[in-house]
Amino acid sequence: MTESPASTAGRGVRGQSPTLRAWRRLRKNHFAVVGAALVALVALACFTLPALLGLDPLTTHPAARHLPPSAAHLFGTDSLGRDYFARVLAGGQTSLLVGLVATVTCVVVGVLYGAIAGYYGGRVDEVMMRLVDFLYGIPYMFLVILIMLLFSESARGDPVPVFVALGLVQWLTMARVVRGQVLSLREREFVLAARLLGAGDLRVIVRHLVPNVLAVVMVYATLTVPTVIILESFLSFLGLGLKLSWGQLVSEAVAVVNPLTFYWWLLLFPSGLLALTLLSLNYLGDGLRDAVDPKSR
Amino acid sequence: MTRRGSLLGLALALGALVGLGVAVGVLSALAILAGFALLAGTAWLSPRAVRVSGALSAAALGFVVARVGAGPGVGLLVALVLFFVAWRTASPAVLRRVTFLLPSLVLLAFVTTLLMYHAPGNPFARERAATPQIEAALRAHFGVPQSAGEFFGIYMRRLIVDGSLGPSIKVQGRTVESLLAPALPISVTLGLLALCLATSVGLLLGIRAGLKPRSFSDYASMGISLIGLSLPSFVIGAALSIVFALKLGWLPVAGWGSYRQLVMPAITLALPYMAYVARLARGGTIEVMQQDFIRTARAKGVPETAIVLRHALKGAILPVVSYLGPAAAGIMTGSFVVETLFSVPGMGQWFVKGAINRDYSLVLGTALVYASLVTVFNLLVDLAYAWLDPRVRSER
Amino acid sequence: MSDQAPVEPKSSRTGEPLLDVRNLTAEFEGEDGTVRAVEDVSFTLAPGEMLGIVGESGSGKSATSLAILGLLPGRGRIVRGSVKLAGVDLVGLPPDRLRAMRGGRIAMVFQDPMTSLNPYLTVGEQLREGAMLHLALGRSEADERSRALLERVRLPDAKERLRSYPHELSGGMRQRVMIAMALLANPEVLIADEPTTALDVTIQAQILDLLLELKEERGLAVMLITHDLGIVHRVCDRALVFYAGRVVESAPTSELFRRPLHPYTAALLGSLPRIDQRQRPLAIPGMPPRLDRGPFTACTFAPRCRHVHDACLRGDPPLVEAEAGAARLRRCVLPTSQLP
Repeated sequence: MTESPASTAGRGVRGQSPTLRAWRRLRKNHFAVVGAALVALVALACFTLPALLGLDPLTTHPAARHLPPSAAHLFGTDSLGRDYFARVLAGGQTSLLVGLVATVTCVVVGVLYGAIAGYYGGRVDEVMMRLVDFLYGIPYMFLVILIMLLFSESARGDPVPVFVALGLVQWLTMARVVRGQVLSLREREFVLAARLLGAGDLRVIVRHLVPNVLAVVMVYATLTVPTVIILESFLSFLGLGLKLSWGQLVSEAVAVVNPLTFYWWLLLFPSGLLALTLLSLNYLGDGLRDAVDPKSR
Repeated sequence: MTRRGSLLGLALALGALVGLGVAVGVLSALAILAGFALLAGTAWLSPRAVRVSGALSAAALGFVVARVGAGPGVGLLVALVLFFVAWRTASPAVLRRVTFLLPSLVLLAFVTTLLMYHAPGNPFARERAATPQIEAALRAHFGVPQSAGEFFGIYMRRLIVDGSLGPSIKVQGRTVESLLAPALPISVTLGLLALCLATSVGLLLGIRAGLKPRSFSDYASMGISLIGLSLPSFVIGAALSIVFALKLGWLPVAGWGSYRQLVMPAITLALPYMAYVARLARGGTIEVMQQDFIRTARAKGVPETAIVLRHALKGAILPVVSYLGPAAAGIMTGSFVVETLFSVPGMGQWFVKGAINRDYSLVLGTALVYASLVTVFNLLVDLAYAWLDPRVRSER
Repeated sequence: MSDQAPVEPKSSRTGEPLLDVRNLTAEFEGEDGTVRAVEDVSFTLAPGEMLGIVGESGSGKSATSLAILGLLPGRGRIVRGSVKLAGVDLVGLPPDRLRAMRGGRIAMVFQDPMTSLNPYLTVGEQLREGAMLHLALGRSEADERSRALLERVRLPDAKERLRSYPHELSGGMRQRVMIAMALLANPEVLIADEPTTALDVTIQAQILDLLLELKEERGLAVMLITHDLGIVHRVCDRALVFYAGRVVESAPTSELFRRPLHPYTAALLGSLPRIDQRQRPLAIPGMPPRLDRGPFTACTFAPRCRHVHDACLRGDPPLVEAEAGAARLRRCVLPTSQLP
């Protein structure tokens, strides 16, 4: 491709906002795009198929226990004869919801906390971060189990406490990250400009700082969802989790493992879907992180 | 900004007080805030004060731990030794950390107690003959009064004066420490093994990937590591169990005692952390190799192997070292699941059993042991980091 | 057109050219494609000569030196040309022989001493490495030699400094360490890439003087890369002006300043603010061309040149002798008489 310098020298570089550049980088990352598509697909399946196909995850059929996959039962049946396909999809709904709601909680609390700490700096920041340090020092599952116990045993199937507990544990990382970002952004000129124009603290925080932190927040939020889902599955395994989630299904499958017969479908489908979703989310999160901060590549 | 900041701080504190007061009662709320203020206050101690408080804290902690383990005489000895060591040699940063530790653990114990007391159900509710007189007698016997504050007081006194973690409420006739004593080394062994595995394999994989970014082996190892991060460990554990124990019969399914029984639990526990370490090491390696001083070394004619080993390695390892603290904490809690899966008689089972049975002393005991382990480990990691990065060293 | 053998200027000092670069062309992978960072660069360097390499950022001056050493980033490669050090062509040399040359016979000092020194190793450890590698010295001999060199570059408390870490030294001190490190194995050629750009003005002068002294003492051939014409004027015997990866003019320093023979050089000089001139310095309009945009079919400076003619658009001009016997080269098709 030959060009005379005359034609290249005058050509200016079209202005590209950082968001646009990040978006383009993201789109070039095949893993991330595929990941996003897969997650969307799984979510769509879990939330629409049961209603569309009239699936029933709850009715037991004692005669049809432990049937391998077939045309009638796509994923086979479980120890109580329930259709496993329906159960896995229903479980997906729960797990995905847990991930979503807990992450939203975590984002809201973490961003507010971190923004305030980072913005005010000084004493306020020190105190707030001490609290974070203290909570950080407590192994997280510990905290979750203890919080879980705050809510009665009969309520153990109720999802709300689990969401709250899980979200509350993850906000620490988010708060730290946001605080760091705000601290470095605070000294930049556009903040000074806004304040000179008379903007109050709250306004500066909300209108100027938060949008700039959004990129980082999105990255970590995308990476929090898989963490939360795995945490919930741990709880299910220990008997403290939600009634019907992927984690619950997997722990039930593990419980019936015996040397004689291996009901492979009981383990494969929920853990396969779990792994697929989490893997996709992780690739998406990674892709977001690379798109927003390319030097981490 | 500081004026506003202070007002905001005050508002936050008041809000916390009110919120907590509603939840746990005013006295407890005040106690928590006071404890927390103490914690936060460690940030403002002068270097001299830090030296004193740090040494004292180290001694106190050493005393309590040694006492529980080996009696008051040894406890006193350990305390004295630690005092001098801390006074003489430790850096202000380390001492500050140690000072933070003591109120931190106390606060943790207090909050845990509150949480347990406010959870529905109590240890004696399930007893068959639960008349009020019998319950009162049981309570007096075990030292578990109706209020959280009283329990906390009794517990602390017993810990410091008697050097005991109290009797287990549910496991008849056993003290908490007698239950935990055999379990502790098991959990620690498993944890350390997993940590070493995770660190060494993770570093190897990560550094190799980082040296040849975007090559096939890079994508392959990062892909595998991502899988390790995307599956809950019990799934991996179950899969390993099925393949190696049930189908192939190479390894025993569960239990503890022989070397072969260590293998699967350790691998299962280590895998997610191995994956994360590999990614950190890879990122660190890539970043270091892009630094100018690597170019200088090449310009000096240093061979590539020497460049990696002598110049790049430290930079690549640093992010991994920072991660070791959270990794240890994670491994500790991950052990709950792995111990359950492989029937390993470690501390995790006691914690879960205690929590479900509302065995307050057991839960508190396990909580304190875990928290101490994690914080001590974090301290060691800080020291290691300072040793590796001379810039951090001279700042203190 | 660009494959002509260039006319060799006579060296301005006695002695055979130590470094003989001919038609050096190098490229590396950039974000948007292959960047031809060095195009048809030719020059010579004699012992005891300080050659100034001048140009804007991105003009290829650093890339040339990196290419000479085989240190181009991003899968860089030399496409064409030769780099002869005392007769041995570095291009195409097997990697371990090239590695032995680096540091041993031809050394480099980089621009930013803060990032160019390893923060995790002491000064002594970094110096020792070169000595043990190239001179096969034992550890204590290497340290002794390092200490002596640190004293020579006038670093105070040389012996204690061996145990210091780079972040404990000031910028000027670090640069001295870098220079010492470069000279440890007694190289014949020293390439200094903007050695003073990151330093205070007062320290700049000291470092430049130090380089001059060392050059005289050891008969070093020095390539001093800089964007600061003042420095060139002050310490360099000859100068090369770079533009768009090419050498556009080469001349003894005094001649270059007195009578530039390329419009770019003239424009550069005209853009320097001068105390004795009342008019404003003139900025050069436009931007240098992007070097990832294919072979050029016209003079690369043409879009910005005040004297541009049709002849300039007919092809990339070759580097030719400017005036017979005056050791000056220029890459311009305009007759010298037409330049003011």
